[in-house]
Amino acid sequence: MSDFTSGFWSYYIAALTLGGIAFCAFILVRMSKRRVSGDPDKTGHVWDEDLDEYNNPLPRWWVWLFWITIAFGLGYLWIYPGLGSWGGASHWSSRGQYEQEVKAAEAEYGPLYQKFAAVDIATLAGDPQARAVGHRLFLTYCTQCHASDARGGKGFPNLTDDDWLFGGSPETIQTTIMEGRNGVMPPFGPALGPEGVLDTANYVRSLSGLPHDAARAERGKKNFATYCVACHGADAKGNQAVGAPNLTDQIWLFGPSEATIVETITNGRNIVMPAHKDFLGEARVHLLAAYVYGLSHPELQRRVAEAK
Amino acid sequence: MSAPLPDAGAKAPAPRASGGRKVVPVAAAAETEQSLYEVRRKIYPRAVRGGFARWRWALVFATQIVFYGVPWLTWGGRQAVLFDLQARQFHIFGLVLWPQDFIYLAILLVISAFSLFLFTAVAGRLWCGYACPQTVYTEIFLWVERRIEGDRAARMKLDASKGARKVLLKGAKHAVWVAIALWTGFTFVGYFTPIRELARSSLALSYGPWETFWVLFYGFATYGNAGWMREQVCKYMCPYARFQSAMFDRDTLVITYDPARGEPRGGRSRSADPRALGLGDCVDCGICVQVCPTGIDIRNGLQYECIGCAACIDGCDQVMEKMGYPKGLIRYSTENALEKGWGGGAILRQVLRPRVLVYSAVLAAIVAATGAALWARSPIKMDVIRDRGSLAREVDDRHIENVYRLQIMNTEEQAHRFTLSVEGSAHLGHVELLTDAREPFFEIAPLATREVAVRVQAVPHDREGSQPITFELVTSDRGGREIHVHEKSRFIVPSGTLHPGRSDR
Repeated sequence: MSDFTSGFWSYYIAALTLGGIAFCAFILVRMSKRRVSGDPDKTGHVWDEDLDEYNNPLPRWWVWLFWITIAFGLGYLWIYPGLGSWGGASHWSSRGQYEQEVKAAEAEYGPLYQKFAAVDIATLAGDPQARAVGHRLFLTYCTQCHASDARGGKGFPNLTDDDWLFGGSPETIQTTIMEGRNGVMPPFGPALGPEGVLDTANYVRSLSGLPHDAARAERGKKNFATYCVACHGADAKGNQAVGAPNLTDQIWLFGPSEATIVETITNGRNIVMPAHKDFLGEARVHLLAAYVYGLSHPELQRRVAEAK
Repeated sequence: MSAPLPDAGAKAPAPRASGGRKVVPVAAAAETEQSLYEVRRKIYPRAVRGGFARWRWALVFATQIVFYGVPWLTWGGRQAVLFDLQARQFHIFGLVLWPQDFIYLAILLVISAFSLFLFTAVAGRLWCGYACPQTVYTEIFLWVERRIEGDRAARMKLDASKGARKVLLKGAKHAVWVAIALWTGFTFVGYFTPIRELARSSLALSYGPWETFWVLFYGFATYGNAGWMREQVCKYMCPYARFQSAMFDRDTLVITYDPARGEPRGGRSRSADPRALGLGDCVDCGICVQVCPTGIDIRNGLQYECIGCAACIDGCDQVMEKMGYPKGLIRYSTENALEKGWGGGAILRQVLRPRVLVYSAVLAAIVAATGAALWARSPIKMDVIRDRGSLAREVDDRHIENVYRLQIMNTEEQAHRFTLSVEGSAHLGHVELLTDAREPFFEIAPLATREVAVRVQAVPHDREGSQPITFELVTSDRGGREIHVHEKSRFIVPSGTLHPGRSDR
C-alpha cells in the first residue's frame, strides 16, 4: 500500500492529476473555437510604438498532437500506477518486474547449475566451463578480500599455495564458503610483557629461518612452549581444527616482519570469513569451491588449458 | 515595421495586375474572423524541368543509391557497414568502432554542423533544397504521384472529383508509396542487423519484435513525412529551417526575384513591347508559385518557408525563354548584388569573405585532426583496475606486492600477441611484473576482451604511500610496426613496512 499517512492524499493527488489534464483539454477546446478579428497577418501586439509582431499561427494538425498526448496520458494512468495509490490495470511494479527477471534468469541458468551440482568438486575443478563460471563468481564475490589473483592480502589467506588454515579438501573448502570461519588468536601482551613478546617474536621468526636475535629466540622458545603450543602445536605446524596457522612454512597471513609478529602476539588476531550459504546458495558455492580447489591444484588447471 | 528579417516581406500584399488573367492562390482571402490555428492548404507542385531540377535529381540518385546500396556491400566476409548494437561494434568497412570511440560520432556531428554553416553562408539552404531526406523523399513521392495522378492541374481536378477512378488512382499511389516506405524502413534496419538475414526473414515474415517495430516505424515516418506532411515538416518541425537566418548575411546567395527588372508585373502578348505598356519583365504567369513545393510566392522576397530548391528559377527561365526575354528574372543572387546591381563576378568575389574563410579553416582543421586521430588510433586498449580490497602485501622482508587487473581489448578483426611490462618511480626500487601465465606473451582473439590478473612487486626503501607506476603493453600491427600502449596506475606501499628490518636484514 501507499506510504501516505492518510487515504486523503491519494485522492488529492489523483484529483490534481486528472484536474490538470481536464484543464488542458478545456483550454484546447476553448482556443480551437476562439475567433479573432483584425488584420490576420499581425498578432496586434505592438511594442515601442511601431514594432508589431507577425502572426505565424500554429498549424491545426498540431492541435491533434495535444489531444494525442492527453489520450496517451489517460491511457498510461489507467494501465500503470500514477493516480495516487491506484495500482493500474496492469498491476505493474518495479519490484514485480525485478522478480520476473530473476525468475527468468533462474529458469535460464538453473539447469546449468544443476548440471554442475551433480559433479563432484575435484572433477569439476578440471571442467573449463565450470572454471569459467567459477572465475566470474570469484571476481564478483571473493576478490574484495582474496584479491583478483586469489593470493589474498594482509589478514586474508592466499588460496593458491595449498597451505590451508582450516583444511584444503574439497569438502572442507565448501564448508568454509557455506558456513564461514572465525579464527581467533588471543592477545598475549599482558601475559608476556613487551620484552617477552619480542623474545617470542624472534623465536617465531627463527622457526622459518628468518634473520633473528639468537639470544631472544632462545628465551622466546620457553614462552612458546607455555603459551603457543596449545594451538600451534609443539612442532609449530599449526592446527586446522581451530584455524591455527603453520609457523614454519614461510607463509604469513599478516606478514613476517618483526613488528607485525610483535603486533600479532601483543594484541591477538581475529579473522572472519563470512558465511555464503544464504547469500549465494548451494549451487554457486559448489562451483566456487571447485574453482578455489583448482587454484592450488595446478595439475587440474593444466587439464583445463589442454582442453582449451 | 519590424526589423528586416529574412521573411520581412513575407506578408506584404502582392501588387496585382488590373487585368488579373490568372488568380494565383497565394494567401487565403483576409477574413475578419479568424481561427487561432492555420488550416493547411494542400499544395500541388507543378512539374518543372531545367538545370536545377537535374541537379536535384542527381542528388536524389546519389544519396539514395548510397542509402539503399551500402548495406548490401560485403567486406572480408561480413557486411561492410553494420552497426551491431547488441555486440556494441560499429563496422565501417575495415574500421571497427566501439562505444569507447563515441568521440568520433561527436566529431562527425561537429563536421556536419560546420559543413552546414559553410554551405549556408555561401549559398543559403543548399542542404534543404537538394540533399535533405525530407526533400529527397518528397521528390520521389511526388514523382510517383505525378506518374499516377498526373501533373498539378490533373491532381487538383482528381481531388475535386468523386468515383471509382479516384479510388483506383489514389489506391495505386498509396500502394506504391507504402512499398517505397517499407523498403526504406527495411534498408534502415539493415544497417543495424545483417540485411541478408533480414531479407530472408522478410520473405518468411519472421521478424523479431524490434525489427518489426523499426521497419514499420521508419517506413511510417517516410510515408507520412514524404507523402502527407511534406512542407509542413520544413515549416513547423525543422529547427534548422528557423535558425538558418542566423547564418545568412548580405552576401549569401539566395533565390531571389529581381523586382527592379520584373515590376510592374502584368500579362501581355508575346509581340507587345513591355516598355511601351509600362510593364516589367514579369508576365505574372504564376508558374513560380505553382512549382513551389512550399507554396510561397518568391516575388514577395526571401521567406522562411523557402527551402532553396530553385524550382521557381527553372520555371521562370522557361517562361522567359518563351517570351524571348533574358533568363534570370528569378535567380541565385545576394542582397548586396540586388541592391548594387552587381554581376556574377562581383558576387563570386564576395564568396571569399572572412565568415566563409573562418568556417572553411575550422572545418579543414577538424577534418585533418580527425583523420590524424583515426590514423594514429591504437587497435589495443588497456584499462588498469587496481584491486581495492587488498591494497598491498608483504611478500617477504624486501618485497611489497600490489595486484592489478588489466582489461585488454582488441578492437581489430585480427588476433594479437602482446607482452606486458611495468615501470615505477625510483622510490620503488626494482619493479617487476608477475603473472600466472606459462608463456612470456599473451594472445588476444579478434574483437575480444581479455582480463589478465597481474602482480607487481617492488622493493621500496625510502618512501611509503602511493607511488606512480606505468604499465606498458607491446604488440605489433599487421605491417609489423610496434604498438606501445601505456596506462598509468598507482603502487601502494603500506605504512610501517619500511621499518629498519626491511633494509637492514
